[in-house]
Amino acid sequence: MTVAISVSKLVKNFGTTRALDQLDLEVATGEVHGFLGPNGAGKSTTIRVLLGLLRKDSGEVSVLGKDPWHDAVALHRRLAYVPGDVNLWPNLSGGEAIDLFGALRGGLDPVRRDELLERFALDPTKKCRTYSKGNRQKVAIVAAFASDVELFILDEPTSGLDPLMEAVFQECVRELKRDGRTVLLSSHILAEVEALCDRVTMIRDGKRVDTGTLAELRHLTRTSVSVETAEPLSGLDELPGVHDLSLVNSHYARFQVDTDALDHTLRHLTRFGIRSLTSTPPTLEELFLRHYDHGNDRVTTGVAQRAGA
Amino acid sequence: MTAFTGTGRLVQLALRRDRIQLPIWLVVIVGVLAALTSSVTGIYDTHQEQLSYATTNVASAVARAFNGAIAGPSLGSIVAAETFVFLSVIVALMSGMTVVRHTRQNEETGRSELIGAGVVGRHAPLTAALIVTVGTNLVLAGGATGVLVASGLPGSGSVAMGLALAGVGISFAAIGAIAAQIPESARGANGLTAAVLGGAFLLRAIGDVTGAPRPDGLAMDSGWVSWLSPIGWAQQIHPYDSPRWWPFGILVGFFLVAVGFAFLLTAHRDVGMGMVPARRGPRTAPRWLLSPIGLAWRLHRGVLLGWTIAIAVLGLAFGTVSDEIDDFAETSDAIAEYFTQMGGTDALLDAYLAYCMGLFGLAVAGYAVQALLRTRTEEASGRLEPVLAAAVSRPRWMLSHLVCVLAGVVVLLLTAGVTVGLTYGLIAADLWGQLLRLTGAALAQLPAVIVLAGLSAALFGLLPRWVTAVSWASFMICLLLEQIGELLELPQAVLNLSPFAHIPNVPVEEVTASPLLVLSTIAIGLTVVGVLLHRRRDLTPA
Repeated sequence: MTVAISVSKLVKNFGTTRALDQLDLEVATGEVHGFLGPNGAGKSTTIRVLLGLLRKDSGEVSVLGKDPWHDAVALHRRLAYVPGDVNLWPNLSGGEAIDLFGALRGGLDPVRRDELLERFALDPTKKCRTYSKGNRQKVAIVAAFASDVELFILDEPTSGLDPLMEAVFQECVRELKRDGRTVLLSSHILAEVEALCDRVTMIRDGKRVDTGTLAELRHLTRTSVSVETAEPLSGLDELPGVHDLSLVNSHYARFQVDTDALDHTLRHLTRFGIRSLTSTPPTLEELFLRHYDHGNDRVTTGVAQRAGA
Repeated sequence: MTAFTGTGRLVQLALRRDRIQLPIWLVVIVGVLAALTSSVTGIYDTHQEQLSYATTNVASAVARAFNGAIAGPSLGSIVAAETFVFLSVIVALMSGMTVVRHTRQNEETGRSELIGAGVVGRHAPLTAALIVTVGTNLVLAGGATGVLVASGLPGSGSVAMGLALAGVGISFAAIGAIAAQIPESARGANGLTAAVLGGAFLLRAIGDVTGAPRPDGLAMDSGWVSWLSPIGWAQQIHPYDSPRWWPFGILVGFFLVAVGFAFLLTAHRDVGMGMVPARRGPRTAPRWLLSPIGLAWRLHRGVLLGWTIAIAVLGLAFGTVSDEIDDFAETSDAIAEYFTQMGGTDALLDAYLAYCMGLFGLAVAGYAVQALLRTRTEEASGRLEPVLAAAVSRPRWMLSHLVCVLAGVVVLLLTAGVTVGLTYGLIAADLWGQLLRLTGAALAQLPAVIVLAGLSAALFGLLPRWVTAVSWASFMICLLLEQIGELLELPQAVLNLSPFAHIPNVPVEEVTASPLLVLSTIAIGLTVVGVLLHRRRDLTPA
């Protein structure tokens, strides 16, 4: 696999606050990579370092084989960026802003531009000051997607879009993937990440806490099981890998089980004559909560404010 | 819940947001009043000087157009003539912009939706904005009165003058309140207020020019047109000579009626919407816009156009007055002394022209600082980020803005030279000679102007969060050193801190190349430092 983005041991400080602390991130060429983390985890800071807008304090960063700080201009011809908070010039029209971003990046495809305007139902003749947040995001999205580039860096691109537009956005990302482009997608919308991403990286407090395909991440977590049996249940609480057991009555139990303990747990259950059984694989949301649930007090510190959403 | 619920909290919020801005306005306005008053009381210190000032004012239409009609030959009336119209324009801007900032700007940014969703009545935001603005004007009235009394002017007249300034302020607070209801943007509302202010200034100028002299020839009654302007009403108070208190009734009455109208408009429109819908723009961008320099030009051109018109009007006025300078000085030795001191020659007319060019140099430096700080605005608002995330290097982006600033400065200095040269050349029957001579004299200011711009550029690279405050402070220091430094008899070493101190007094003196070259080199050096430091630092949003 060739690597589009490679970050290792990246450190970035703002004054005395450490925004990124030995962060690692690897994005393969041609994949859609989800970048997850709570507010203030350092997602936007990482992306700004990847774009050469912030200077790293230490660590290695390579984007499309180049150093984003020193080779910014050459590199930026090959990538497109959608910021999380799109700020536009109030007296330019949306159409002017799209053309401007395209031209500054090295040109955009006018046919594709018009097609995207149509699909995202954006009126390009309105002045940017009159656009809502969602419409400002559409301006940045259309300008990015109409560019013929290898890498797309999208920082919470859909946080202001309605569900209809969200669907259009997902369709566009799938088209990019089909064309072999690479996408780094930072997002809060887990359904979107589940629908689009090949692999994900989760970060917290400026560190990577987990990375892999969704299947791999699930493997490390627990499946929810509820079971009803003919015989009274026993011995479940002594089985290794079973957690949060609640016996509703002697024939009915609900519990969570580690994925690698699933097999012997089911063998154990069959002895009691299974009447019904439902098992639910963990959703990304559960994965997310499991990683971040215990540290809410830690993420609302200065780092959160300096690094932005 | 009434329509005014929550006003108190919103007043607190507005005071908290403006805790730096409003004190700066107040200190600058009161400080300028103190400086001007001390210089005027120094110059017109004898009864003879005061009589001749009054005679000149009655005789000169141009003097009245800028200073208003004199109310009598007292020192207080001279101070009022020299300061009131100028300061009332600044007070009007402060008041109108404060109201717009706490009403339409909140709506435009969407903050008012958040506020309106709380326990806040429909009329509370406007009421809070007006309370803050009226309060600020009352503080201003107190400060101005204090400064005037401290200069030895009579007490009741000084109170009247302070309140008259506040009267203009509250009138324009009410005009700002109406303007905030009409367009959808704060910029548009401010522009509308400024346009009304321009009209008010012009109407009172016409009134003062077309007034009738009193029989003794030492005072003038403004014409009826002055009564169409809030500034005109406040002028008619005549604080120091036969004061009248009833024009305050007109000012307060106007405030109440206009505010009532603004409340009526608020009650009939939706939050965020204007009375006039925003205009549409083009579907695609014109070719010239599609580069960093095209974008920079687009961002600078509107402000530059406004400045060019203002400089041209001033240049035409200054050139036209040159005809009257000799007559003017005959009536007053103090005026003659003032110009020869500022212009550095006994040839009065040339001294006057050199003084004008120095003034234009300073004004254009103000533009240069304002235009250069656009770089910081772009960065702080987050609009720079997507530009630099495209294939645009930081030096290229910054140079695009620097080129626009430099071009704007040259255009403004040329405008000043050409307008003064044209009018003075026609009067002196030496059109081409004077046009060339004065255009050259205006352009000789360029090196000092770009030193200030270069300083802002270097600060932008070094201290992005402080560049705005420090740049304006440096400009204010130069302005004060140039305008009152010599009157205050400051040591030459202090005066030399201003780059303008090193510009020869053209057209009086010959242009010498070496100071201009040294200043230009400093300016270029500072700019290069700014570009390099910006290249090396983190992008720093607000």
